[in-house]
Amino acid sequence: MKHIISVLVENKFGTLNRVASMFSARGFNLASISIGETEDPEISRMTIVTRGDDQIISQVLKQLNRLIDTIKVTDLTKQPHVERELLLMTMKLSRTTQHEIFELINVFKGKVVDIKQKSITIEVIGSPDKINTTIDIFRPYGIRELARSGAVAIHRGES
Amino acid sequence: MHAPGEKLNGSEIFFECLRRENVAYIFGYPGGALLKVYETLYDIKDIKHILVRHEQGATHMAEGYARATGKPGVVLVTSGPGATNTVTGITNAYMDSSPMVIFTGQVPSSLIGNDAFQEADIVGITRPITKHNFLVKDVRELALTIRKAFYLATNGRPGPVLVDMPKDVLNAVCTFEWPETVEIRGFKPTVKCHQNQVEKAAHLIARSKKPLLYIGGGVISSDASEELKRLAIEQNIPVTMTLQGLGAFPGDHPLSMGMLGMHGTFWANQAVNNCDLLIAVGARFDDRVTGKTDTFATQAYKIHNDIDPTNVDKNVKVDLPVVGDAKHFLAAILKEMPEEKTDRSEWLADIRAWQKQCPLTYTNESDSLKTEYVIDEVCRQTGGDAVVTTDVGQHQMWTSQYYRFRKPRSIITSGGLGTMGYGLPAAIGAAFGVTDRPVVLFCGDGGFMMNVQELVTAVYYKIPVKIFLLNNSFLGMVRQWQELFHQEKYSFTDLGDSNPDFVKVAEAFGCRAMRAENPDEAKKAISEALAWNEGPVFVEFKVIKKDMVFPMVPAGASISDMLLDRLNPKTMV
Repeated sequence: MKHIISVLVENKFGTLNRVASMFSARGFNLASISIGETEDPEISRMTIVTRGDDQIISQVLKQLNRLIDTIKVTDLTKQPHVERELLLMTMKLSRTTQHEIFELINVFKGKVVDIKQKSITIEVIGSPDKINTTIDIFRPYGIRELARSGAVAIHRGES
Repeated sequence: MHAPGEKLNGSEIFFECLRRENVAYIFGYPGGALLKVYETLYDIKDIKHILVRHEQGATHMAEGYARATGKPGVVLVTSGPGATNTVTGITNAYMDSSPMVIFTGQVPSSLIGNDAFQEADIVGITRPITKHNFLVKDVRELALTIRKAFYLATNGRPGPVLVDMPKDVLNAVCTFEWPETVEIRGFKPTVKCHQNQVEKAAHLIARSKKPLLYIGGGVISSDASEELKRLAIEQNIPVTMTLQGLGAFPGDHPLSMGMLGMHGTFWANQAVNNCDLLIAVGARFDDRVTGKTDTFATQAYKIHNDIDPTNVDKNVKVDLPVVGDAKHFLAAILKEMPEEKTDRSEWLADIRAWQKQCPLTYTNESDSLKTEYVIDEVCRQTGGDAVVTTDVGQHQMWTSQYYRFRKPRSIITSGGLGTMGYGLPAAIGAAFGVTDRPVVLFCGDGGFMMNVQELVTAVYYKIPVKIFLLNNSFLGMVRQWQELFHQEKYSFTDLGDSNPDFVKVAEAFGCRAMRAENPDEAKKAISEALAWNEGPVFVEFKVIKKDMVFPMVPAGASISDMLLDRLNPKTMV
């Protein structure tokens, strides 16, 4: 099962490496990892998406906690939370497809961030599921390049 | 001694911190990145620096010292190759949870990342094999970093911590400040066990008809032997120990069942698979202990106490986890035990019957020598009171079977990593820490050669370590597996044609050396070696080539299915 884990870590060099190498050394799945500073510049928040059964996820959480540079580990999966991912995608643009592309951008509440004669770059924000769907739908129109941020997530409500 | 507030350079701060951490010995080797440190060291008298002959030797010595004394072992090596040579020793300490602090020199900060001479990213290299590591970027952070390193190495589950110190940091000057307390927000080990869990555990223990204590190295590192003895003896609970747990409970006590697992005793393994309550303390259900996990202690309700929560449910699912320090756990259990005792005579009789069915035995012959005999004889002559270090392989397993450890911190051996070459330097390190008991090394002819250079260290510092080389001219354990499971293809395990004359080698290093080829000679050589304490003494025992360690659980099999001897390898019981 997919789990989304939020980890507060020391904002120090090497912390991302410690976390990532723990995943690879122990053979845990690491679907995505994203990291950025929090309101406290000494602390960063990592959002990790991983998969595994209960036993594996319990090990993942414990092994994360065991790292000295992790401050707090929360499995958000079964808690109320908001999860978002950013997609940047450059599409081929032609007379025959441009109308449909613009319509789809509206459907997915995307934004045009750059446009040239034969290409268009769009931005879509949403849950990773929505991002997957977006990519599937746009694929037939010719994706040139895409970049995904990986999920970021936060606990919903008062904690 | 320097006081806080003084202006000191990084090297002076380094030693002042070690002094304040009560470091008595540093195992080290100088080099370019550490010139300033060794310049400062030249005039230091209260901290002893032990010059090794290879940095790997320094790490094993530091670990031997740590395991013998309970104090953290300290290593000091230069950058690049000096640092990379410590990798095996650090991994060993990590796997066996030994407290160690490794200081590495580093190229000047301005050159880091430039592929400078003798540069290696040792912090990157050792991230997965240390409990934590640090690169000190500013001399003002040095004292706090060293304080944190010792704190991390010795608190919670012990382990190795590395501190990388660039050359310019060691030269730079700042006002020395000593942090009296350490606060690491990401490190809050659970020492005190949850009272509810303790009460549940005590209740189960009190009612169990067939309980078994399964004791690991955690009981030794938390100094919980007295509590363990009280619990086992007062409640009549048999005790089996892992390789690292041996000595936590006296091996000559009727409730001791020796080691469990792959080369454990038959009766210990039978007890595991027949007990109704398994009480694991400071042990981690390693694959060498459990064999096939699906069949491990299936009839038992399992209690697992460990200070490291990641050990819980990692290999074997347990029913009652109790996270916390072993000493605290056992002491808390003792408080909860009721006056009334459950009768366990039937259970103990079952165990005695298994013991009678397949005891540990060997047959001596007058004209050849068996490793079992040598170990048994050393045990007799030392009364089971020596600090015994081993290398890795057959002799190590025979040591676990035939040396009846009576006290904690008596076996020093590479358990998790299985590092050949560990024994000799570990013995030397142990002997620096322990002077009131003999320090004995059992070593094979393969492993001995892997760190043979440290004989110089033993000779130079006049370390009275008893080096007992069990020479069967083979990589015996690999040979055993080749005979049993690999069609007797003795691929590159026969060292007979290439081994040197070991007695001459030892003598060339300046070591007193003897040789024994039969039981009479062996007995005499052992007593001579034990009586001589002017420096190291070396005895080569020419032992039988083809002996195998039994009983044995083949890899991946259930621990109930033990091979009992080679003549009838299909004997499964």
